[in-house]
Amino acid sequence: MIEQKRRFPWGISILTTLVILGLIPMIIRYINGLGYISNLSDGRPWGFWISFDLYCGVALAAGGFTLAGWIYLFNREKYHEVARPAVLTAFLGYTLVILALLVDLGQPWYIWHAIIYWNIHSPLFEVAICVMTYTAVLALEFSPAVFEALSKSNLPIFRWFNWHIPLRLIRTLQIPLVIAGVVLSTLHQSSLGSMLLMMPETLNTLWYSPVLPICFLISAIAVGPAMVIFESTLSTKVFGHKLPIDVLSGLGRAIPYILGIYLALKLGDLIVRGDIGLVFTEYPQNMLWWGEIIIGVILPIILLSMPSIRENRGRIFWSASLVVLGLIFNRFNVSMLALAMRTGYTYFPHWMEIAISVGLVADAMLVIWLSYRLLPMVHEEEHKVEEAAGVSA
Amino acid sequence: MSKGVLVDATKCIGCRACQVACKQWNELPAEETSNTGTYENPPLMSAYTFTKINFTEVEYNGKFHWVFNKLQCMHCEHPACVEACIVGALEKRPDGPVTYDDRKCIGCRYCQTACPFGIPNFEWDKAVPWIRKCTFCADRQGGSLKPACVTTCPTGALEFGDHDELIAEAKRRILTAPNNKYYNHIYGEKEVGGTSWLYLSPVPFDMLGFPTVGTKAVTVNAERAMSLVPWVLVGVAAVMTGTYWLTKRRQRIRELENSEKEKTGVTK
Repeated sequence: MIEQKRRFPWGISILTTLVILGLIPMIIRYINGLGYISNLSDGRPWGFWISFDLYCGVALAAGGFTLAGWIYLFNREKYHEVARPAVLTAFLGYTLVILALLVDLGQPWYIWHAIIYWNIHSPLFEVAICVMTYTAVLALEFSPAVFEALSKSNLPIFRWFNWHIPLRLIRTLQIPLVIAGVVLSTLHQSSLGSMLLMMPETLNTLWYSPVLPICFLISAIAVGPAMVIFESTLSTKVFGHKLPIDVLSGLGRAIPYILGIYLALKLGDLIVRGDIGLVFTEYPQNMLWWGEIIIGVILPIILLSMPSIRENRGRIFWSASLVVLGLIFNRFNVSMLALAMRTGYTYFPHWMEIAISVGLVADAMLVIWLSYRLLPMVHEEEHKVEEAAGVSA
Repeated sequence: MSKGVLVDATKCIGCRACQVACKQWNELPAEETSNTGTYENPPLMSAYTFTKINFTEVEYNGKFHWVFNKLQCMHCEHPACVEACIVGALEKRPDGPVTYDDRKCIGCRYCQTACPFGIPNFEWDKAVPWIRKCTFCADRQGGSLKPACVTTCPTGALEFGDHDELIAEAKRRILTAPNNKYYNHIYGEKEVGGTSWLYLSPVPFDMLGFPTVGTKAVTVNAERAMSLVPWVLVGVAAVMTGTYWLTKRRQRIRELENSEKEKTGVTK
């Protein structure tokens, strides 16, 4: 009997606590204003939320479009197993971005103004429209998992509707949806870089460059597979479903190529602009530059080029983590650390700013946990088994 | 004709009547501050202070200068805030002012981040906050009045007029003034592609804390990137559709070949 008793769900309890801790500052924010819960000021109007939730959140959700494109458009069946988790985390990532914006915006109840008042010259407008559309695309891409679960449900409420109808509809739309996802992602991943093009006087020369949008896009593509390795290793730990090492190492093998292009572009751009010397002279910002390049680009290129590292679950996980860490470093650099503040101000995130972001991440993790419990996350195999069973019967 | 204001720091006496006039006309509340050891007050501009006089003590060309220079929105010819605003709440009017429409604003604060002069400010202490900044008294100008600060200035340090004429006037002052009265530069003539507000000073502008900015409009690169968006959209969509078509075709051919091989295998 004692052995059958369930263990106390530590993970879920901690996540729930974090969600509640994040909700409290949100309530205070809506009553007393942004100044009350944040250290944001006129000197640093964009802080932790924009750097972490928007810039890192969108980039780290890139696994959704890189994997979907790779599997369905480039026809790499091998990676089918990771498609659903990748699309789900991307969807949750974007939902998180939108939720964070509902906290960060001064007038969140007017967020829909972006739909009716167009300023087509604003990179932020492009980001807004793409994020909005792409979140819908991701929801549709993931919806078959929900429909499948509903169609198998024994609850009488769900029995009255034939869930195979929407399922078939989405299946026919699948390829157009994936193409739309790739197009929208290309546009807004790069537009997040275009947003910073408006700041040639405040963003440090080491980062400010006309090719910033391309850098943003390539680094997002590189972090896509890295993020999938990172997450699937963690979900293996928690939920037990083990991915074949061959899938992981295949994903890992692509990363050095993409990062190589990224590094060449970054260095080439600095050389063409004639600012390459700044990487040695521009102290202290050059330390940040070297930090992100070594952690997120050079080390992963070396490590993931080695088969001995790619074929080992632990090592490939840590190498992929470096890519993720380097990208976070880079996005914090361009959107906060290397972006000059107005004179007379200082900024360090208030604990309530961080609590809100942490709470939102905990939200996403709870949804992932629920999805693994309730939804067919690794659908293909089950289907094949079913079909095979059907045929033999 | 585009309007502008010429600020002649050599004529300013630091009385700060412009600050008071600005608060009166825009119905802005006073701010509680503490003594910072200077006549300058408040220490920073905010959503409730659209303009202030900066007091700077510097030595230049072996001479001591106590310079008073007025800060407010520069009303750029190619404003980053207008380009940045997601909903087009900020607008550059043909007659000069960069104005703000709070019925559109969603409070994203991109204008604050984008502005090279650090001008738009936010009502951080309010639950329903807006962006606030100098409007160049667009409302007064509509009624053929000069901006409140210009009207109140007792020494003529602020001169309101046609932008081009003001540049000519500034050049004339630099040329005709006795030696070293003015530093030979009109700040705002070429900075970030030109601004409606122009400055003359007895000392170099970086000594007064003016940002050293280039002559190119800050919006140039972002504009170019945004103009490529339709092409990227069509291009990526085409390439991805093409890729899908190709990989599917290759797969079909492979399957066909396989089945033929099987057939021939069976017949043999």
